[in-house]
Amino acid sequence: MKIMKTLVGALAPALILFATASTAQSVFYGFQAEQAEIRFNNGEEVLAWDFDLTIGKDELKFVWRSEAEYSLDEDEFETLENQLRLATPISPFFDAVAGIRFDTPEGNDRVDGVIGIHGLAQQWIEVDADLFVSDDPSIRLEAEYEGLITQRITFTPSIEVEIPLTDDASRDFGDFAPIFEIGARLSYDLIDRAVSPYIGVHYEFATGESGRRAQAGGGKKDEFFFVAGARMIF
Amino acid sequence: MTSGMAIRAFALGVAAVGLTAFNANAGEYNITVDRITIDAGDFKKQGLGYNGSQTPTVLRFKEGEDVVINVTNNLNEETSIHWHGLILPFDQDGVPDISFDGIAPGETFTYRFPIVQNGTYWFHSHSGFQEPDGAYGAIVIDNKDREPYRYDREYVIQLTDKHPHSGDRIMRNLKLMPDYYNRKQRTLLDLFADAQEDGLDAALADRSDWGEMRMMPTDIEDVQGYTPLINGAHPGAPFMAEFKPKERIRLRFINSSAMTYFDVRIPGMDMTVVQADGNNVTPVKVDEFRIAVAETYDVIVRPREAGAFNILAESMGRTAMARALLTSDPTLEAPKIPGLRNDPLLTMADMALDPAMEGMHGDMEMADGAHGGHGAQGAHGQTAMADDEELPPGAHRMPDGTIMGGPSEDPFYANGSGLKPTAAEGGKFLSYADLKAQKPLYPDREATREIEIRLTGNMERYSWSLNGIKYEDADPIVLQYGERVRFKFVNETMMTHPMHLHGMWSIIDNGNGQRDPIKHVVSVNPGTIVYMETEVDAPGQWAFHCHLSYHADSGMFRKVVVEGGPKEASLEQPKG
Repeated sequence: MKIMKTLVGALAPALILFATASTAQSVFYGFQAEQAEIRFNNGEEVLAWDFDLTIGKDELKFVWRSEAEYSLDEDEFETLENQLRLATPISPFFDAVAGIRFDTPEGNDRVDGVIGIHGLAQQWIEVDADLFVSDDPSIRLEAEYEGLITQRITFTPSIEVEIPLTDDASRDFGDFAPIFEIGARLSYDLIDRAVSPYIGVHYEFATGESGRRAQAGGGKKDEFFFVAGARMIF
Repeated sequence: MTSGMAIRAFALGVAAVGLTAFNANAGEYNITVDRITIDAGDFKKQGLGYNGSQTPTVLRFKEGEDVVINVTNNLNEETSIHWHGLILPFDQDGVPDISFDGIAPGETFTYRFPIVQNGTYWFHSHSGFQEPDGAYGAIVIDNKDREPYRYDREYVIQLTDKHPHSGDRIMRNLKLMPDYYNRKQRTLLDLFADAQEDGLDAALADRSDWGEMRMMPTDIEDVQGYTPLINGAHPGAPFMAEFKPKERIRLRFINSSAMTYFDVRIPGMDMTVVQADGNNVTPVKVDEFRIAVAETYDVIVRPREAGAFNILAESMGRTAMARALLTSDPTLEAPKIPGLRNDPLLTMADMALDPAMEGMHGDMEMADGAHGGHGAQGAHGQTAMADDEELPPGAHRMPDGTIMGGPSEDPFYANGSGLKPTAAEGGKFLSYADLKAQKPLYPDREATREIEIRLTGNMERYSWSLNGIKYEDADPIVLQYGERVRFKFVNETMMTHPMHLHGMWSIIDNGNGQRDPIKHVVSVNPGTIVYMETEVDAPGQWAFHCHLSYHADSGMFRKVVVEGGPKEASLEQPKG
């Protein structure tokens, strides 16, 4: 139910924006899932996604960004984030972003503000840098590179690092003890670029106090997964 | 036989006369705008067509005629028809929100205007992406006098780039991912090939230079994956133009593509270009020519013997080949379609006018002291000089030390441009520099003022603009009736833009003075400056835009207002 509420909460502003903006010609919209996958590790299976639903114009875009890890064994969300973001260009290749994050995994609901930048750095590296603003702020940096092996086969290495700025026990965060996610995915454009199935690897590890807290809570400080999924654009 | 079918029969070469209406001075024509299924051979799709057909309707007018054209909108959305290249009152020009209110669903709108010119033109919807979706046709206007060249037979050869996706979907995909349709990107395998040829360091340095700009040397066709059609027919079941040996055949080429430039050739035959954009030019014998989006070229060919010849139109980015047949006997076996030529690659010369490149030039000079001729050229055929004395004129040294290009024969491409074409079978490739007006329309005079139009855009956002401002944010360009304006196009992007001014002629300054060619589309290559002059002789308000559909829609567009002028043609004119 809680999830439904979150989703509805996220969708409502998107639909309002669409309804008001759709009279202008230059409004566009689309769905992009960088990750929609199953992660496997010694019989443990996790369903994970990371998608953006974008609607807007060049000058102002509304983005519903959703990221989740759902344990199929525990039948619960290990992570579930929905962000409502507004993005506006600040340079030829970068957008400034501001919004709200609803962080609603099993047993722990939080709402933070988010400000950041999103864009394309030199050498075609796509970057996101976000500051989550609350009593327990954190910084998240993401970088991804799409390397074409052939016109249809793409190798995508990615790295994400979350840096807690305070001690945040409810999230198993130790201050300045970063949590890393490193991935490498090999995809094939099956239908245009709309559906590109991939296989790959995904490695997460929490350093220092963050790692100790994860272990104390019955989890692991690092985990390695094989992944299978599909990138999607509609 | 409906009138639409009768008109199309002309495209099949059956009737060259008699389609103008009963009264030579007042012809009435009917066009319906319909939703149809388009068969492109590789795929079928829902699209649009005039008079219920994917074979483009050909309207045949006579110079001096007053036409009445009833356009019935059978769609469930607004439509419009723009008469591309025709000189007419602005409220008959067919651009919604600029010339009129558009044609509502179910409505029949009647256009009325005099035909004051002759030649090959075309018409298309100016609403949304209806033109890429199939709403286009041809216009042939017979000369009231004798043509200054002979021909026995004529055919319209109308090109389009039929894409399986709808225009709306293409625009959306480009906005979400600008390289969505680019399947000519550089891959790891290309890197290996380049490393083998030039050495790994050079190959990596080249990748790094382009990566620093976040641009791609393969960015030549934004929208690939289409099937090129000629007169609505795909290369597998081609349009056939019949001839008898020794006949002179006039081929009226029209590029109605949304996005694609084509290089046209007829292997085994030379072509004499006699007309460009509806205006006769001094005949030029060529082996191949490039037709920009929305341009027309009329050529005369003369097959001496019986046989079957391919009319080939290979896309500028070498991703597709359109084909029609010129045959003395439809039962003859068609010649094979040759393979596509190697992919062109943009060079740093094509980027030379990009302000973002300034720093890079500095870096390059400091890095190895080599600096080729980055200067732009265009009008008057002047050529930028290379700074390095040991380089041949026009050559361009890349950061890795390789020398690009050489003496540039075509001043309308940047020196060392990767886009400059050469004829497939050798010989002459037409250049804008070759075009000389047969019969100038205006006395040659000094322009009264110059207006600079920078062609600008951001490939990564897929946003396009003029002078850095998109249409929705821009003020109109205001011209005064009676002035002669010199437009200076400065292409700061890495793409080629076919610029189209409605209602008034675009006279390209190619150094021929009084005989500068009179056109309606001016293609501006990357890294170049091109001048065109316009005699402002048409009051009212007009559209002015890049004719690549997705560039125009994303903002590379302006309204032009002509102030002053004769009262009877001014804004008060009643609507048709």
